[in-house]
Amino acid sequence: MDSSVLFGIATIGYMLSMVAYITYLVSRKEQVGAAATGITVASFIAQTIAFMMRWVEGYEMGLRSFWRPPISNLYESLIFFVWCLILGYLIIEFRYRNRSFGAFITPLAGLALAFIEMTGMSKEIQPLLPALQSNWLLAHVTLSFIAYSTFGLSFGTALMYLIEKTEKRTEPAYIFWTVSLGVLVVLLLAMGADFMKFHVLASTPEEMKSYLFRATFKSDSGAVSLASWAGAAAVVALVWRYGYLLKRVVASFNVTAGLLDDVTYKAIAVGFPVFTLGGLIFGAIWADQAWGVYWSWDPKETWSLITWLVYAFYLHARLMRGWKGRKVAVVAVVGFVAVVFTYLGVNLLLSGLHSYGSLG
Amino acid sequence: MVERKKGLVDRIWDLFASVKFAVVLFLLIALTSIIGTVIEQGAEPEKNLMLLKRLFGDSLAPSAFRLFESLGFMDMYRSWWFVSLLVLFAANLIICSLDRLPRIWRLATEPIKPLSPRMTGSVPIRREVRLKGPPEAVRERLEEALSSIGFKAGYSPDEDGGYQLYSQKGGYTRLGVYITHLSIIVIMLGAVIGIFFGFKGYMPIQEGYTADFAYGRDDTTQSLGFAIRCDDFDVEFYDMSDMPKVFRSRLTVIRDGREVMKKVVEVNSPLRYGGYTFYQSNYGMVPDADGYFILKVRGRTGKAVTINRMLGESFVIPGTEIVGTIRDFSPALAMDDSGKTFTYSNMMNNPAVYIEFSEGGKERYAGWILRRFPSTWRLPDGNVVELVDYWGVQYTGLQVRKDPGVWLVYLGSGIMTLGLCIAFFMSHRRVWVLVGREGRHSAVTVLASANKNRQAFERKIDKLVSALSGGSDG
Ligand code: HEM
Repeated sequence: MDSSVLFGIATIGYMLSMVAYITYLVSRKEQVGAAATGITVASFIAQTIAFMMRWVEGYEMGLRSFWRPPISNLYESLIFFVWCLILGYLIIEFRYRNRSFGAFITPLAGLALAFIEMTGMSKEIQPLLPALQSNWLLAHVTLSFIAYSTFGLSFGTALMYLIEKTEKRTEPAYIFWTVSLGVLVVLLLAMGADFMKFHVLASTPEEMKSYLFRATFKSDSGAVSLASWAGAAAVVALVWRYGYLLKRVVASFNVTAGLLDDVTYKAIAVGFPVFTLGGLIFGAIWADQAWGVYWSWDPKETWSLITWLVYAFYLHARLMRGWKGRKVAVVAVVGFVAVVFTYLGVNLLLSGLHSYGSLG
Repeated sequence: MVERKKGLVDRIWDLFASVKFAVVLFLLIALTSIIGTVIEQGAEPEKNLMLLKRLFGDSLAPSAFRLFESLGFMDMYRSWWFVSLLVLFAANLIICSLDRLPRIWRLATEPIKPLSPRMTGSVPIRREVRLKGPPEAVRERLEEALSSIGFKAGYSPDEDGGYQLYSQKGGYTRLGVYITHLSIIVIMLGAVIGIFFGFKGYMPIQEGYTADFAYGRDDTTQSLGFAIRCDDFDVEFYDMSDMPKVFRSRLTVIRDGREVMKKVVEVNSPLRYGGYTFYQSNYGMVPDADGYFILKVRGRTGKAVTINRMLGESFVIPGTEIVGTIRDFSPALAMDDSGKTFTYSNMMNNPAVYIEFSEGGKERYAGWILRRFPSTWRLPDGNVVELVDYWGVQYTGLQVRKDPGVWLVYLGSGIMTLGLCIAFFMSHRRVWVLVGREGRHSAVTVLASANKNRQAFERKIDKLVSALSGGSDG
């Protein structure tokens, strides 16, 4: 058995646990909850072993030195993100003895895994280009993803907070979270459509870019494209119309808004220093070592800075009078949107200027 | 006294000292930064014109372009308004810190005082326990309990036979936030020094040649005050693929005619000398250059010699009468389906040399010898000719950088990490233990506070209290 089989098992496991947590949230059956936890832990163990195996495989193929864990391309980094996210989630579940977060956080893992499958990105162990053979880069990527997963946790809890705290459909915070959730659902559906239509086997971000949304918004047929936009609007409107139903589900659990706010803050308080050191500082040191400039305002760097500023905004907004609660939760959600954009949007949507050095 | 209206200076000061202003600046900088990630910075005008045509349509694009250009969007991180935002941000940070420092300094350094009775209600953590024995008898036990969690207690008696123990830890951690803010100033200072006193250039050096200047912006040249010789440039590939694994320049620094330093530069391993740093940036072939073929030749008798020859020259395999003559070279040899050879790249991806061998004027055999394929080194008669290098025809392109501010940037980064760790992972913890007489017992009230992560401290206090009451039978 090689690592890809185990990764496959873990992927299916996480999908199952996502379903189980949501079922648990709705049914509130203790057995379902226990099963959800069980599946998550088992999948986590499978993924951990798979990670180790992939590490060894890369070494045996002569493509990696032994000290280099497999976190070097898009596929590997997304997998690592899922691993950190689940680890963080399990810590919270055991520490707060509350499973209801699971239904909000495992879908994030599911989303990342679905994204991998839908875009069909390359899972090969690829040789490392010279610019990428750097320990600073390794530390940079590893810590960035640890930070991203804490930000992912805070996104889940902030969203729950907003769901629990909003009343009326006309309320800005309500509109904000329902539209955000709606857009998320639309993106997933659109990527699913791309996959069904093209069975894309894109191996590079460039190829992926050319297929993305071709089945829907960017379709050659004007009618399909128009219908996609209409469909997207309908989905968002639907989430907005019936979003309050989620509130009942969340409210039926004994997670107080105060606890959610607290977990959101704590996750960001851990993530912010890690992101500062790993995401910005190590990234700058790597750039300095490889190209002789620690900061060059390229889109990827700039978006990291934007993300950082949004979280600095969050931390300071909490200190201002009148900015407790809902408003800061909105900032936490926006922060994670910036994270996702930094990681995927820059590669997929912006001009891909962040190529790996002039020697690539 | 009549309250006077605040003067303009005061109001500006207040504005710059406010967190609200900081938050507005965070937002402005973040939002405007997005522009520069959409519009390519410092690109040829045509490129961005195309982009604008896609965004705004053909008719609006030219005016949009003019507007964007006048706003500096094509080079926005250097534009006057973006730089102004950064300056405001720095001013905000400095004034805000100055404004609050005296108060925070007092909080951080002030020794803890006993709690006055009317303040006890405002302390967030409160636990009560009854201990056997009069107050004075339990004092030692309480002090030991406190020191077991790291607090050295002060003592203050009160009028009715009771007393108070009090202690604090980590007052200085309140400065963590200020250390963080200071670090941002240090980093910005480093960046400014780099912008005004730094140099960024490019320096191509052919194998075997020496250069003592670099090309700067707009093809100006900058003399370095020393010279660099490229002894060799080389690309190493992954196994049999054309995927590069290592780019390697062997460089020697020469100052006043003397070799002062040798260094192998790779992509993540630059050369630093004399305030300059030299990075591996690119490489290429020098057109029409004549190089030396470096061959390692071993006759059947076993002795190996290294020789170098130019195209068309000959050599003798030691211990034999066999003469090899170099006839042809290909930087990247490949073979098509019919077995015909061709050159697939003008870079040295798969260097090969064609050599004819003869003995006593009679031709023996001829063929390609490939540097990356050891099986081609062995000749039919058991002699071995290895192609080590075709030297002198490549150049290495070095990025040259002088940044006298970079150490400040690194220093600031270190300070920031430290400051953030203090700000988020450490806290100022205070504890007061009030002990009063209650018949033959002591009524003990433990009051505690922490400015961060209160739950963790609360758990610690709970442990302390349960340890105390475990030992009591009251
Ligand atoms: C991007 C730059 C900045 C970073 C990374 C930063 C970082 C921080 C951090 C980590 C905290 C602690 C927050 C918490 O405990 O939750 C903090 C607090 C604070 N920051 Fe900043 N800050 C920045 C810029 C500014 C600016 C420009 C101001 C100017 C007004 C400012 C004013 C404050 C104040 C007043 C506090 C509260 C201090 C206290 O609790 O005593 N910060 N900052």
